[in-house]
Amino acid sequence: MFLRRIAPAAILITVISACGSQPAAQPENQAAVQPAAESTPQAAPGSAITVTDPWVKSTKSGMTAAFGTLVNNGDTDVTVMSAASPLSPDVELHEVVESGGKTIMQPKKGGFVIPAHGTHQLEPGGDHIMMMGVTKAVKPGDQIAFTLAFKDGATLEFTAIGKEFAGGKENYQPGTGHGGSHTDGSGDSHGSDHGSDHADVGDAAGAMGDMSKEHS
Amino acid sequence: MSEPRLSRRGLLAGGAATAVGALAACAPAGSPTTPSSRSSASAPAAPDVTASPAAFSAGKAVEPFHGKHQSGIETMPQAYAAFLGLDLRAGVDKEAIGRLMRLLTDDARRLTQGRPALADVEPELAVDPARLTVTFGFGPGLFKAAGVEHLKPKTVAPLPAFSIDRLEKRWNDGDLLVQICADDGVTLSHALRMIVKDARAFAKVRWTQRGFRRSPQVQAPGTTQRNLMGQLDGTVNPAPGTADFDRAVWISDGPEWLHGGTTLVLRRIHMDLETWDAADRVAREFSVGRRLDNGAPLTGSAEHDEPDFARLGPAGFPIISEYAHIRRARVQDPGMRIYRRPYNYDEAATSDGKSASGLLFASYQADIARQFVPIQQMLDEADLLNAWTVPIGSAVFAIPPGCAPNGWVGDGLLA
Repeated sequence: MFLRRIAPAAILITVISACGSQPAAQPENQAAVQPAAESTPQAAPGSAITVTDPWVKSTKSGMTAAFGTLVNNGDTDVTVMSAASPLSPDVELHEVVESGGKTIMQPKKGGFVIPAHGTHQLEPGGDHIMMMGVTKAVKPGDQIAFTLAFKDGATLEFTAIGKEFAGGKENYQPGTGHGGSHTDGSGDSHGSDHGSDHADVGDAAGAMGDMSKEHS
Repeated sequence: MSEPRLSRRGLLAGGAATAVGALAACAPAGSPTTPSSRSSASAPAAPDVTASPAAFSAGKAVEPFHGKHQSGIETMPQAYAAFLGLDLRAGVDKEAIGRLMRLLTDDARRLTQGRPALADVEPELAVDPARLTVTFGFGPGLFKAAGVEHLKPKTVAPLPAFSIDRLEKRWNDGDLLVQICADDGVTLSHALRMIVKDARAFAKVRWTQRGFRRSPQVQAPGTTQRNLMGQLDGTVNPAPGTADFDRAVWISDGPEWLHGGTTLVLRRIHMDLETWDAADRVAREFSVGRRLDNGAPLTGSAEHDEPDFARLGPAGFPIISEYAHIRRARVQDPGMRIYRRPYNYDEAATSDGKSASGLLFASYQADIARQFVPIQQMLDEADLLNAWTVPIGSAVFAIPPGCAPNGWVGDGLLA
């Protein structure tokens, strides 16, 4: 009949990946959280890292970025040194900072540090995994493979899902010759109507300025 | 919904602050887009850990997402509904529809459980699910686009033409249906917005039909509702949780992928409240065959009394007219009835004050040809109520069965 469920039971599923003492025992809950995005902690025996809710902003070409939550179930801080993906020959770990009144993104020196028993958010307007010159379109719903490499030499593979997303258009001023900005392709090979966003890249970045704070 | 597992260590250490916060305060934490601290050993925006059971409100009530059947059909009707009809864009094929359904299933799975969608930029709007359900249906065009027409039930097709129909193209058909219901309008808007944003790369919005009914907080669940003509509407309806309901609604034969699913006929029925105003109570009751005050048949005294269709009045005519709505719509075998889960609609009145109200007549049945069409033909031939009700929209969908925690709605057809 009509059962009324109360929310907390469901909500715990969102944090289940933070209880990583037996990740292999929770495939069902993992799947419930990220059906198209499996993290494989087994591939990284040297680390206790999982990735929750990874996604990639869809794009037709050029640059895009990946986001998600890095979760450290271990007793020591873990540093992500680099990321790789078949999607791009040039993947960087980026941060978003304020510079001269503008919000820009740039390679993050020293990588992403995930505190022991803590998390590190990768999100639009903040730290993210940046991909230059994608080798093919990222369409909504696509599953994109990534590999993270940690300071201790361990690696972690995960799959992120393509999502159409309007934000995340910070200027890129790395001084490393990439130039340009995030593209805003919808990733739709079937004729999307959302082409009008291309012009206002700088404005959008400016509006996000107060979201980018230095990490402690 | 599976039982959450949480180790003692998980509770006491580490990302535990998040878990404890969620446990105690029933508020989702740690969404992927939470704009608070990005690097922290404690939960972002720690919820109020002192919240008591009193915090369990209608807003926190959750309907299951996974299961044999999709929620939103046997579910006690929520107060608000939006029916979204989408048309797939040219070139969207089976592979693309699969991507679309994975995305939309993921949105539904999270939002119905009170969690923000992936890349949700308004995550705070997701924390009160208020019995949100998101139900998907496949129209004829989807089967064609996916190249799986041989797996489409034959009667998932536009209904035969009825003489009473005054169908307007803007309310007809659709390749993909998303039915979103919740006891809260804000929750519903947020879910609708997320679904549309994730669907629009694949599909155009054909129509959005919004409806409402008395909420379970206002009127006891299971009470027959009144439509905007003031009639008790839905007295004879298979009761959820019964064998009759199962037989009438859930599909158990035909293409195997659809077992545990059903079909939806969504009819938009305009009510001419202007001419209805001109009808006196006797005429109103005569047209339906029921009393207006308590819904009793004109031959009885209580709502659920069996109508006596044979009883004659003093002049020798049946008390319940040969053309009364309840006589014409009567189906004896409960397993052959349709399950009605209607919502009222009430759009802006015209400049001269004429109403634009009616009913989103949502009818679920295992077999449209066997159950829905015969009833509609009877009503089409003769029904006094036709003087005031006009079907102006019609759409038909196959409703896939529910999905597993690691699956997606429609995977049995499209995977």
